[in-house]
Amino acid sequence: MRRTLLSLVLILWGTLAHGHKPSDSYLSLRIEGGSAQGQWDIALRDLDYAIGLDENGDGALTWGEVRGRQDAINAYTLARLHIAADGKGCSLQPRDLLVDEHTDGRYAVIRFGAFCPSSPQLLAVAYELFFDLDPQHRGLLRLEHGERTDTAVFAPEARRFELVWSAPRQPWRELLSFAHEGVWHIWIGYDHILFLLSLLLPAALVREAGEWRAALGFRRTLWDVFKIVTAFTLAHSITLSLAALKLVELPSRWVESAIAASVAAAALLDLGLPDHLRLLVLVGFNLGVEAGQLAIVGVILPLSYRLSRSRLYPPLVLKFGSACIAGVAFLWLAERGFDVRLALF
Amino acid sequence: MRRWWVPAIIAVLLPAGAIRAEPFVPESDDQVLEHLPSSGSPAVRELRRMRQQLQGRPEDLALAVQLATRYLKLAREESDPRYLGYAQAALHPWWELQAPPPEVLLLRATLRQNRHEFDAALADLSRVFRQQPHNGQAWLTAAVIHQVRGDYAAAMKHCLPLLNLADSLTSMVCVSNVASLNGRAQEAYAALLRALRDAPETSDNLEERLWVLTLLGEIAARTGDVRVAGQHFREALALGPNDAYLLGTYADFLLDQDQAERARNLLRDHTRADGLLLRLALAEQRLAAPRLAEHIESLQARFAASRMRGDSLHQGEEARFTLHLLGQPDAALHLAQANWAVQREPRDARILLEAALAAGKREAVRPVLDFLAQSRLQDVRLEALAGLVRESGS
Repeated sequence: MRRTLLSLVLILWGTLAHGHKPSDSYLSLRIEGGSAQGQWDIALRDLDYAIGLDENGDGALTWGEVRGRQDAINAYTLARLHIAADGKGCSLQPRDLLVDEHTDGRYAVIRFGAFCPSSPQLLAVAYELFFDLDPQHRGLLRLEHGERTDTAVFAPEARRFELVWSAPRQPWRELLSFAHEGVWHIWIGYDHILFLLSLLLPAALVREAGEWRAALGFRRTLWDVFKIVTAFTLAHSITLSLAALKLVELPSRWVESAIAASVAAAALLDLGLPDHLRLLVLVGFNLGVEAGQLAIVGVILPLSYRLSRSRLYPPLVLKFGSACIAGVAFLWLAERGFDVRLALF
Repeated sequence: MRRWWVPAIIAVLLPAGAIRAEPFVPESDDQVLEHLPSSGSPAVRELRRMRQQLQGRPEDLALAVQLATRYLKLAREESDPRYLGYAQAALHPWWELQAPPPEVLLLRATLRQNRHEFDAALADLSRVFRQQPHNGQAWLTAAVIHQVRGDYAAAMKHCLPLLNLADSLTSMVCVSNVASLNGRAQEAYAALLRALRDAPETSDNLEERLWVLTLLGEIAARTGDVRVAGQHFREALALGPNDAYLLGTYADFLLDQDQAERARNLLRDHTRADGLLLRLALAEQRLAAPRLAEHIESLQARFAASRMRGDSLHQGEEARFTLHLLGQPDAALHLAQANWAVQREPRDARILLEAALAAGKREAVRPVLDFLAQSRLQDVRLEALAGLVRESGS
């Protein structure tokens, strides 16, 4: 007991005693279409610990011993690396085994090819090497694709790295993906939904001689609403596009949601899109916004049209509902304008 | 964990630092590529056997704890952090649990403190106290963590239970080490020396005596008793000529006494440990030795490699390297400040003062001066530096 008492504590004086580097491996991948060239530098010491390289156990690891275990090295390491293109696994084929010098000793250099079923849009790299033997091991990834280089650090809590290619891009796919973003933008924007509601509540009514009456025919009501919503989308698109293309700068606190959206849009735009795609992205996004809004209209309008035939609709739904919306809107205004949190959504 | 600058650093350094030369095919099968750490020795074979056993029954708590403890000891003896990872792997079935068994908590705390996750380590130790208030190891570990962080009141509080739980030498080490940093250097020194004299000289307590002698040397050096300090360090060296902490501390002492030649001779064969290579390079700088450039380059690559994997465990030493060997005071100050936010031993205070002085940033020393005043830390070198700071301001 007494001996361990101290010897364990002595470990606490750790930093000075840290002699060597902890265990790292260096993985580089160069993507060329549907295949990749890989090079993986792994410390000989780590490989020895994992699968045993020092055959005669004399502590001096020779090239002959390493070469004799080449198949085992390839099998062990490549089974712990998974590369997938668009969700389909690529096959990894070992090529050469070499040796390199790093700051903390000699490394095995495994060169391999990765062959994927398709030229990937989404490339996923999953890394599992040594985490079971040494949770402090890290895998340092360097991924080259044309002009572009990405890097990542693999750790037990971060074993996957995904990359969405910027090219080759298929325009309609971009359009679709950003349309999806647009729908999402509406769906998570409570203020948008609220604004639409405030437009929709009186839509099935007409005001005549100071009184609300049910409007004539669903078709006409729908057409009216469609025009309003489209006009709103158009206005929204213009502000958003101006902000995203950085043509106008808006004071942030007052137009927070517009800014947040434009920041997101700008971030997406900054993915390195060529100019003609930028426009496409904005069009896609705004079409998504329109679609999202029309979907809400599609749910609310028939409902409010039916209800508006009732006498109670104007006082109960229209007035009370509008008051509620106004109340919420005012609170939001206060929140944003004066930078206080009222914990409303 | 994922920090924005990590990928940036990798992108810049990976081609330059990590993969330096071209990979090659060795000329012959007989060429020795690597010397594996004491492979083939009975101790290593024993460890391999235990590891294989554990693979067969990974839930065997007693075996896992035994193996992890062995790895932890090895990590210190070989000054090799890989063994810390192996220890963690042995504890895998319990590692993620909120409340693992106390023996696992204790080891997890030690490993976490080693990664500078001090809060998590202390939380683990508090759990041990609740279950096993008589666990001396836990109290001692907590005391050391508080001391490294510069919280001397908390450190002392955790030393006190040891008076009833541990042998007199261990509890005296704990108490006097803290007291020596906390305004009672002379008394602490005398008490520690007496405890050492009273302790039997057996091979059983060799590690303890080595540690005590190192501490005595450090205390004497801080109070300016150079002759006595040197004597203690040499006595300690006789007991353990390869103890990394002792070698580093003694080398610092020699450098402070302008004995660069002796510091170099002391560390000549210890280029593998980063902390010792740093001190060797500092000595070589004073001597304008031929291998200096090579050692600076090697240190640079090692610090870069550590940053690349997202570690910030060596900021104090990197600050020293950056200030004295690269001559970049602003960058050094930045590192020293980041280091000071995590740990506050005298050497951490010192590099911050030195870097701030060199960078001409007097305002940066305020936290350190406040700390020194508050803790009543006695250290002649720190006092001299603080004096310089005051002069530079007037």
